[in-house]
Parts: sequence; C-alpha cells; structure tokens
Amino acid sequence: MNQPHKEHAELAEKFNADEDRVNWHDETLWWIRQKRDKIVWQLPEWEQLRETASQIKHNVLSHLSEYLLEFEANAQKNGVTVHWAANGEEHNKIVYKLLKEQGVTQMVKSKSMLTEECHLNEFLEKQGIEVVDTDLGERIVQLAKEPPSHIVLPCIHWKKEEIGELFHKFLGTPEGNADPQFLTHAARLALRQDFLTRKVALTGVNFAVAETGEFVVCTNEGNADMGAHLSNVHIASMGIEKLIPKRKHLGVFLRLLTRSATGQPITTYSSHFSKPRPGQQMHIILVDNGRSVHLGKEEFRNSLKCIRCGACMNTCPVYRRSGGHSYHNAVAGPIGSILAPNFDMRKNADLPFASTLCGSCSNVCPVKIDIHDQLYKWRQVLAKEGHTPKAKTAAMKVMAVTLSKPGIFTVAGKMGRIVMRNVPGLVNNKLNPWFKQREMPEAPKESFREWYQKNRKK
Amino acid sequence: MKVGLFIPCYVDQFYPQVAIASLQLLEKLGCEVEFPMKQTCCGQPMANSGYEHLTAGCNDNFVDNFAGFDYIVCPSGSCTLHVKDHLHSHKNEQAAVTIRKRIYELSEFLTDVLQVKGLQARFPHKVGFHQSCHGQRGLHMSQMSELVAEPFSKPEQLLNQVEGIELVALTRKDECCGFGGTFCVAEEAVSAKMGKDRVADHLKQEVEYIAGADMSCLMHMEGILRRQKSPVKVIHIAEILNSTLHEPTA
Repeated sequence: MNQPHKEHAELAEKFNADEDRVNWHDETLWWIRQKRDKIVWQLPEWEQLRETASQIKHNVLSHLSEYLLEFEANAQKNGVTVHWAANGEEHNKIVYKLLKEQGVTQMVKSKSMLTEECHLNEFLEKQGIEVVDTDLGERIVQLAKEPPSHIVLPCIHWKKEEIGELFHKFLGTPEGNADPQFLTHAARLALRQDFLTRKVALTGVNFAVAETGEFVVCTNEGNADMGAHLSNVHIASMGIEKLIPKRKHLGVFLRLLTRSATGQPITTYSSHFSKPRPGQQMHIILVDNGRSVHLGKEEFRNSLKCIRCGACMNTCPVYRRSGGHSYHNAVAGPIGSILAPNFDMRKNADLPFASTLCGSCSNVCPVKIDIHDQLYKWRQVLAKEGHTPKAKTAAMKVMAVTLSKPGIFTVAGKMGRIVMRNVPGLVNNKLNPWFKQREMPEAPKESFREWYQKNRKK
Repeated sequence: MKVGLFIPCYVDQFYPQVAIASLQLLEKLGCEVEFPMKQTCCGQPMANSGYEHLTAGCNDNFVDNFAGFDYIVCPSGSCTLHVKDHLHSHKNEQAAVTIRKRIYELSEFLTDVLQVKGLQARFPHKVGFHQSCHGQRGLHMSQMSELVAEPFSKPEQLLNQVEGIELVALTRKDECCGFGGTFCVAEEAVSAKMGKDRVADHLKQEVEYIAGADMSCLMHMEGILRRQKSPVKVIHIAEILNSTLHEPTA
C-alpha cells in the first residue's frame, strides 16, 4: 500500500516509545470508563435505555429523508435559515459566505467534530478568517496546532504541565504554573474577550428535533451558549444523521449521552435553540458529506446512529495505548475506524485492523452499534477490494492451502516444530515481530495428533 | 453421547497437554470422545485478517471431519465462536448449520450440557483467571463488565469446584490481553503493551498461575512472562479441571 500518511501501527509504535506516557494515557481513560460504569449502574433500566435509543435511531435512519424535510420546514417556520451542503467543501463555502456578508474576519466556534471532518478551520484560515475554538480542550490543541485526539476530550493526550507551558507561551501565564484551576481561569479571561468581540458564532448540533425544528447543543463549559447569545449570527453545523423525530425522545438521548461520555448524569448545559432572538440571524447547515452513501451500505448503516459520546474510545484497550492521533482521522478509536473507510477506503484501510475485536466497544455503545462486527466486515471488504498489503494477501493464500489440507498441515507442523527446536535462531530473530517483546512458545516433540494416534488408536 | 473433539491447530502443535487434558476430562465425565484425525484449522486466522473468502477449504474440511457428532467440543472460546458465526459449506450447508448449533466451548459444555457438579479435581495454587474476549463477549461464557446485568461466570462455576484453588480478583477483570490473531504481529507495539499490562495485573495479585479458556491469549502472555523470566506459568482451564492428587495432567 503506497499511502501518503503513516499507518496506525507505525504511529502507535511511536506513541509507545514513551511507556510512562502510555500508562498515564491508559489510566486516565480507564478512570473515565470506571466513572461511566459507576453511573450507569445507578440506572436499573440502562440496557433498556440503550435499546430504546438504538430503535429510535433505527427509525430515523429508515425515514431520514422525511425527517429532514420535516425539520427543515419547522426550522424555517421558526425563522431559521436552512442550508444544505452535499460535502465538506460546500459546507465551508456556506460558512465563508455568511462571514463575508457580515464583513467580519473573526469567528468563535464551539465544539463540532463535523467541522473537524470538513477541515473548516484550515479552509477559513486560508481565506484570512481567524477562528477561535472556545471549548477549552479544543482551544488547547488549536494553540498547539494539532487536531483533537479524542472527540469528547480533545486534549486528553496533554499533561497539565505541558498545558502550563503552552499557556505561558500564548496567554502569558507565569512560567511553571500548571495548576488546572489557574490555567482554566486564564483561558476563560482570554476567551471572554473573544466572545465579547466576535459577531459570528458557530456551534455544532448534538440533536435536532424534526417535530419542532429546534436543535440541542450539549457542552460542559457553556461556551456554545456564550458564543451564540453574544453573536449577531449563529451558525449551527450538523450532520444529517443528528435528527430525532420528537422532542420527547430527547430524554432518552440526554440520559445516555454524558453518562456514556464522562460518567456525569447529564451535560452541564443542554441548550435548546429554536429561533433567533430579535435582530439575530440563525442558520443551520445540514451536511451530507458521504452520509447518504453510507446509509446505502446496509451492513455499515448502523454506525450512523453514533451520538459521539466517545465511550468506545475510553473503553478500547488499543485506543488507550495508541493515542487518538495514531488513527489519522477526525474521529479516532473504534467508531472512527468504522466511519473512516466510508469516506476514503484507501487512506483508512489500516484502521479496521487496529483492533483485537475484543467487543468492549459494542458493549458500551449507548446506541448499540455493532462496532466490532463492523470492524470484521470492513476487513473483508478491504481485503476483497485490494486495500490490504500484497505480501499479506500472498501469505494468507499459502496459509489457506496449508490449513485446509490435513496432509500438508501435519507435515508442515512437524517440520516447523523440528526447526524451532533445533534451529531456534530461525524464528527467534528480529525479523519476527512476535519475538521483539515475547518468547516463542516451546515446540514439543509430539503433537496432540501424534499422541492420540499412539494412545487412542491402537 | 458422541463428542467430536475439536483441537485448535496451534494447540495440536504447541500445547498437546491441553488437548490431552480436555480429552481425559471429557472421558472421565462419561463422554464417548473421538478426535477426527483429519481436522486442521477453523479458518479464523484468515477470516479475522479480512480473508474469509479464502476459508472455503478449511470450512469444507471442518464439515467433513465433524458432521454427525452429537456435540463438537473445543477448548477454545475463540475458535468455537468463529465456527458458530462463520462456518458455511457450498458442498453441505445443512451439515455446517448443524455443526454451528452443536459446537460448544469446553467449559460451557461442562456447565450447560453435562451440568457438572462436584468435579473431582484438586489444584492447590493461587490462580488468576484471564477472561478471553471471544469466549466472554462472543459466547457469553461470563457476564461482561460493560453491561448492567447480573454477574455470572461459567469457568468460575467450574473452578470453584476445584479443591484447594485460590482464585484472585483482578483490577481489570475483563480487559483484552492484546493477542488478537494477526494483530499480535501487525500491531506489535500495542499488542505487547496490552499483554504486559494484563500480565502485570496478575503479578500484582501474586498468582502462581494465569489460567484461561483460550490458549492463544495464554501463549501471548506466556511469551511475555518468559521474556521477563517470571516463574509464573500459564495453564489452560482443562488442565486444572483434570488435575487430581494422584494423576497429574499428561
């Protein structure tokens, strides 16, 4: 595979060069997984809630076009302008056009993984627009010129001491101060200035209600509200799968979202936006960007149920030990690995293999996406369509013959064991990735079938 | 009751003592057991790597070997799950369907079909039990820590019948060991790190043995233990359940 970027295994190996850091990353995310466990056990109806959410989303995906039109009509009735974007490029152009209309070159933006997916910041930067991310974690990675490494905890890979250094450089905090409360306050003061002076605010959308035309934005910091309320123009960008049919369904999702994400009973701010205040403009951009094609793939359709809680990342033993950036995609972790190949199969062919298929992701998923089964299915698609390495395909063909012919298998096994016993250097060397950190199993003289032949088949 | 013993290919080649223990245990419990001599591999190594389309040969060979048994029993949750989920045959799909319904992992066969109570086994050692993911989350051999549901464990139900055994509680009771088939070499760094972390959890509890129902996970952790020159050993649950005072395994 000639790929323009490094693959997960290589990036993960780099991440693993600093074992203490891996331990810290793993422990931090495992702590969040434990918080999640603790709070979901407080709800005896937890599993029923997951099933209900999954079914509601199933209904949405089955009637998406109708719900979209219903939502558009109701939003328009509320005085909201609705835009449709077929892809990221169209989305970015719509945002730019709205900014130009206002004659501004600055904008505040609360958390939106969709805008990461569309590479909005890079696009606007090229047009001379300055975007300030107002979510604290996103602001940190933005200052560091990095993409988020986690969809809920964008700077989970940063230690507080490093954030102290970063803020010293960019916000002028005293050198060596790594007190989280102090640093948060410094960021708040800097952001307050941005909130007060920007005329346009962009937010993401967690849920959009077809029945009412309103949308809900969940943040722990209130930064979406600050941005939207102080702005003359509020732009909300949403993927077309974010819909739910009725307002009453919100209860199901709001109870699931943050319990799954961070182990809180509910997000600190779940803000409902339905109409612009007098004198304000409100715009919603409905973005497809591959989703309708994805919807057509029956085996992979379920992944459009995702509510971006990040629980699958926190529980994933591979994610915890490889870091979000090793997934080279806006959405990392198990869910990212099944979403990414929908966008670009060749570029993301390595991601479905960055898993042991342990299944923990599917178990924590609040909307019951069959994540590990989809990882398995993506592997089949990628191998069939020629997106796996040629050497691997060749090796698999040899293996398939050896393992399906009892005669060859018996002889190959015996030969292999003789070699391992007598010339261990042939397998115990640095060409064998197993041997790098593990001993090979000891090869016994006798296989079980040889023993059985002697002891049970006289 | 005619039981076909399905021994994973790498167990046949590298861990014959596990296969012998499985056979002896089933015989002890009154089963008529046969090991079909032409069996090879279930095809999982190819399938999990994305090459399920190359497994027709393995599948047909599996069906040829195991059609006609009342039960097929295998001392591996992972291989059992693969057969249950993916065994098909162009030549004889009906036989494949029947096998998929009749295949059991060894410990679930003991608890669910034979309903073993009062095993005559003794293993006076401190043991950590590794929950292998495919057995646990795939075959539901035990409850999973992610779900809000009543706890249970079929392997522990059996191990609790063993005299003298001391089972320790782990800090992370069902985290993956990182073996993952070809993942163990394709993603060597993460795989080895996961294995080291899993082993460390057991060592922290000062176990003498790391036990499990899947030799593949144990092989991976054994490789790490041996590299660390640790005296701790890995052992398959069949070997423990087959241990007695007078008749050591193999």
